[in-house]
Amino acid sequence: MSDTTTADGASSRMPRFLRKVDPAVATSFACIVALLVFGSLYSTSFLSPEYLLQQLKVASFLGVISTGMMLVILLGQIDLSVPWTVATGAMMASAAAAFGPAGVVLAIPFGILCGAAIGLVNGIGVAYLRIPSMIITLATNAVAQGLMVVYTGGFSPQDSASEAMRWLATGSLIPAVPNAVVVWAIIGAATVFMLTRTTFGRSVYAIGNRERAAYLSGVETRRIVMIAFAASGALSAFGGVLLAGYASKAAQSMGDAYLLPAIAAVVLGGTSILGGRGSYLGTVAGVILITLLQSILSVMQMPEAGRQIIYGVVIVAMLLLYGRAPASR
Amino acid sequence: MSEWRYWFAEQKGTLLALGIFVAMFIIYTANHPAGFTANVVQTASNKGVLLAFVAMAQTLVVITAGIDLSVGMIFLLTNCLASWIVVGSPLETTLGVIAVLLVGVLCGALNGAIVIYGRLQPIVATIATGSIYFGIALLLRPYPGGSVNEELADALTGRLFGVVPSSLVALVAVVLIVWVPFRRSVFGRAAYAAGSSEVAAYMSGVPIKRGKFLAYTLAGLLASIGGLFLTFFTYTGEAAFASGNAYTLFSIAAVVLGGVSLFGGRGSAIGAIFGAFAFRTIGDLLFVFDFDPLWQPLFQGVVLLLAVSLGAFALFRVKNRLEWFG
Repeated sequence: MSDTTTADGASSRMPRFLRKVDPAVATSFACIVALLVFGSLYSTSFLSPEYLLQQLKVASFLGVISTGMMLVILLGQIDLSVPWTVATGAMMASAAAAFGPAGVVLAIPFGILCGAAIGLVNGIGVAYLRIPSMIITLATNAVAQGLMVVYTGGFSPQDSASEAMRWLATGSLIPAVPNAVVVWAIIGAATVFMLTRTTFGRSVYAIGNRERAAYLSGVETRRIVMIAFAASGALSAFGGVLLAGYASKAAQSMGDAYLLPAIAAVVLGGTSILGGRGSYLGTVAGVILITLLQSILSVMQMPEAGRQIIYGVVIVAMLLLYGRAPASR
Repeated sequence: MSEWRYWFAEQKGTLLALGIFVAMFIIYTANHPAGFTANVVQTASNKGVLLAFVAMAQTLVVITAGIDLSVGMIFLLTNCLASWIVVGSPLETTLGVIAVLLVGVLCGALNGAIVIYGRLQPIVATIATGSIYFGIALLLRPYPGGSVNEELADALTGRLFGVVPSSLVALVAVVLIVWVPFRRSVFGRAAYAAGSSEVAAYMSGVPIKRGKFLAYTLAGLLASIGGLFLTFFTYTGEAAFASGNAYTLFSIAAVVLGGVSLFGGRGSAIGAIFGAFAFRTIGDLLFVFDFDPLWQPLFQGVVLLLAVSLGAFALFRVKNRLEWFG
């Protein structure tokens, strides 16, 4: 882009590999290191491998959800239906698990499918009906909430997660590496491949830059927007399935705590909220940064109120640093 | 004659919202066991006015082609604050009310400053500030509680002359004091112009920045009036995350039902008020017809989904496919 072609004096003196690094991604990684140093001053066990692996496991739930959010933000849209898509995925998977042996086998796919269905409604609304994404996703979030309230009767559901869900979230196939981290790594690798090596991925970036131009270049933009939203719904629901496995059951408002962190992780990782620009590496950095921040705040026994305030302040501050729109001229 | 037609075209959304509300309210009172009595009207008005204030706040921001996802949280924050300071002698109460409104103005101004002078996207910026406001609300009221000057509260939630609900009178007063002057001022026009086409407004030398900033600030003020009234109705302050989110969501539904364009530049706060009343009546209709209250969130969600999908009919008027992509 323009920053790399018209490199000014300061950046042209830097080595080539440093110049290619997105400043936002570099800032995020610097913040992670700073948080780790700060945490180790606070408590010596902060740098132990067990603790860091535990953090990575917790981060992988947010990582899966943020992957979907990133796809949608790259298009220049947003998905505000995350809270109840997460809850729907978790509740439907647990509900399916209660339906005998066949249900147990189909629990995880069924949960993901329900999320994909919500995402598909979002996608059709945004791509074909041209409804602003923040509005339609808020509406589907409300509908999903309504459906789940009717289904559960307003209480936390009694069904518990299946063995497979628990194993996926808490077990470890490779010794010492939690399965959840492996799952995140697989999804992440697939996303990187898709974004950088397929026409679908290139189209996502193109649409985010200028949908009109992408359409005129022969990209079937509406189908791609729809698929991206469906994928976002499926990934949110998968995050919910993992969370249900981790906590061994679903809960009413389990998704509420994931909307803001998911958006924050993507945006802090340098993905432009206006779409068309951003890398998956940045999102990984954002997810780890947010998780470490959460962890340090809870180690410091910061109450919920303080955490909410700090989140808000950190996000606004980081956005003001590198998320500003150009001035109108 | 032609003057009249222009006026009608401009007010179509508002009139439609009024029509929907009147139709719903007639069905509601006709099936209500008590019928059309002062009591039923008072209860309906008290419930509707809360959402009406928040919906007016949302309208001001939506007119500038922005969105404020923190209105529900400002509403909660001012509710929690009011449950601490709107108490005691008349003088203390007055100071308390002024302080609550000031906090609302401050919250709105902070949103405005971040969105306009910080040039951030309204969605993300207001989600983040909403989180800050909710955190402060939670600091003020970790557990539901507090109290309010009950004389003032009863006066503002009761009836004037035994017939007119005083909350409705207060709503009309706020419209006359806040909305009408804003709409007629240069800044109000600037807010509309910025929402309609920011580039054209900028080129014409319209003070878009100040207009938008005033819109965000007044939105904070209106949300805080809503929070004040919530305190008058409930006598307590409570920082409930779900309730704040619900009010933000319903305010968007009310704005859409009230004929305000989500793309900015069209609609009026009066329409949003009727939209809010209509949305509340939809919820109440379920009770009249003896539905299970469990179905209420689903029903409201479906109404919201249908309301926002109505905008899609504009697609049939599009002659050039490129206009799909805005």
